[in-house]
Amino acid sequence: MSGPVTNTVEPVPDEGIIQGASKLTPEKIERVINKVLESEAGARLKTYVDTCVHCGLCSEACHFYLSHDHDPKFSPAGKVKQTIQEILKKKGRVDADFIKRAAEIAATECNICRRCSMYCPFGIDIGYLMLTVRRICHFLGVTPRYIQDTAHSHSATMNQMWVRDDEWIDTLMWQEDDARREIPDLRIPLEKEGADIFYSVIGPEPKFQAQLIYQAAVIMHTAGLNWTMSATPGWDNSDMCMYTGDFEMTARLKKTHFEAASRLKVKKIVMGECGHAFRSVYDVGNRALGWKMPPIPVIHAIEFYYELIKGGKLKIARKYSKPVTFHDPCNMVRGRGLHEIGRYVTKATCEKFIEMEPNREHNYCCGAGGGVVNCGPPYKMKRIESSKVKAEQLLAVKAKGAKTIIAPCHNCHSGLEDLIRHYKLDMDVKFLGDIVYETIEKKK
Amino acid sequence: MHNIYSLVSGPLAWVSFILFVGGCLYRLTSMAVVAGEKDSMVYAYMSFRYALRSIFHWIIPFLSTNTKKHPFFTVISFAFHISLLAVPLFLIAHIILIKESWNISWWFLPDTIADFLTLVVIACCIYFLVRRIIRPEVKFLTSFSDYLLLALIAAPFITGFWTYHQFAGHKIMGIIHILCGEIMLAAIPFTRLSHMIFFVFTRGYTGSEFGAVRHARDW
Repeated sequence: MSGPVTNTVEPVPDEGIIQGASKLTPEKIERVINKVLESEAGARLKTYVDTCVHCGLCSEACHFYLSHDHDPKFSPAGKVKQTIQEILKKKGRVDADFIKRAAEIAATECNICRRCSMYCPFGIDIGYLMLTVRRICHFLGVTPRYIQDTAHSHSATMNQMWVRDDEWIDTLMWQEDDARREIPDLRIPLEKEGADIFYSVIGPEPKFQAQLIYQAAVIMHTAGLNWTMSATPGWDNSDMCMYTGDFEMTARLKKTHFEAASRLKVKKIVMGECGHAFRSVYDVGNRALGWKMPPIPVIHAIEFYYELIKGGKLKIARKYSKPVTFHDPCNMVRGRGLHEIGRYVTKATCEKFIEMEPNREHNYCCGAGGGVVNCGPPYKMKRIESSKVKAEQLLAVKAKGAKTIIAPCHNCHSGLEDLIRHYKLDMDVKFLGDIVYETIEKKK
Repeated sequence: MHNIYSLVSGPLAWVSFILFVGGCLYRLTSMAVVAGEKDSMVYAYMSFRYALRSIFHWIIPFLSTNTKKHPFFTVISFAFHISLLAVPLFLIAHIILIKESWNISWWFLPDTIADFLTLVVIACCIYFLVRRIIRPEVKFLTSFSDYLLLALIAAPFITGFWTYHQFAGHKIMGIIHILCGEIMLAAIPFTRLSHMIFFVFTRGYTGSEFGAVRHARDW
């Protein structure tokens, strides 16, 4: 394995954290923390922190801990000890340096992948505890600059990437135009009231991965589906605010998304291959709005392809020939249990499938999720080093013959591509949609 | 000596029972009330079926991945918890005391087995202590209260063993034993020993979220 791993925790210089912390006073910190604790943190926080017996059994669940040679500072309970436990113990009387470190731990040393909940005998939701720390840091104005910029984009434009309304429509028309060279009567329907499917994507797709929308359109066209996209804000299903601790914005974003779908009177929402966005729509945002389950049925692309292939609406012309492995994204697997149907689609479209170990609910995180990759360049090397165990896992499956990693999640893609480059793994990463698009019999 | 014995086995025993039962009820009620006020989602998502599914997978050794990964620790911790509950509840000396007071009794453990299980608890406590000191990931999490808690658990068993075997000073030790047992019982609701009452709720809630909402396994 190339790339040395350091065990020292040097603070990463981040303008957002440094400048935010410079404006703090001890009084403000105490007031803000106690306001959050009084108004929001309730039975779960207290029970979780009081119940933990400090046994350390969660440690090996965490890829940060495993990648940093079992440094206890990176164990899930270790991160709790350095952040929320201390905050509770001191009743909010902590200083600005403490908040800086807590912000860095919560925002960049935990992917909120929830693997540790499966290793803690008590099922303590440490991801929730880290999100509570992020929530406090959000109110204190101490957040990493890059992800905060994304959160600003969300609040100003209702999409993640500062995409202007006209640019969004323009991008769809451009993709439609391009796709018509392949399929002359293909459409990317916009604002089609009464369509069966509302297809939503994350901001980065129109911004720099527009071919994914092209591919989705070809799949929809081939399956003969009645679908639409929204021309107004609400087309973007992503949500970095959920990860900065700005839950009010999460509610606004999801309201806009659900309202766009309900305005178009669709039967269901199909989401592109993004994990965090699915978590936000299916699990977090609906709750923020007071819905136990999403008000409109929501399915992730994995489930969508599964239904189309199983139902015979898509026929496989020629299977993908390179041996593949399947990376289970946390939000699709621990978040929605799509591991078996993901394998169904993979086996239906690929000639040879090789399992990586561990897999399914126990798969290691890509290292990019939970908003960590969105914290940007300052943390890139730390993120890559903190996923050494993921790189080792990939190397092991490569040794068994796998050449392509199927990762049905945008964040996982970014994370895995960085790992492949840094650790010189020489593998490809593909979306399930890439494979489906490539292998189906297309309707001309 | 007789007066002290009467005190610890009479009024103090009542204080300890009341603190234990009252404390547990208080902690559970306040958790339920606060959950209603600030975490009402807990009530919405708690699923009896999936809570039980998760608890089942964690209460049986070697069903969950993590218990399989640490076979030695799993055996130790299950032996510890079983012995810890079985000895005080099924020790004939305890049952006789209860029969004398309230004229109720139940099945008891043969003394040799109870004696062995007492040693199991003490040995496990020593193991936990050593593990806390030598395992870096556990040491990092350890504070003074963790050692205190371990001492709180070991004390009634060490003193009970001493008393049963009538080592030197066993009469005083008997009184200390009762006192230690009372302190431990009373401490359950107010310390991290409260995992005894909260385990089913934390595990059950995570099991509910994983099972009913996320359609995934949590073991």
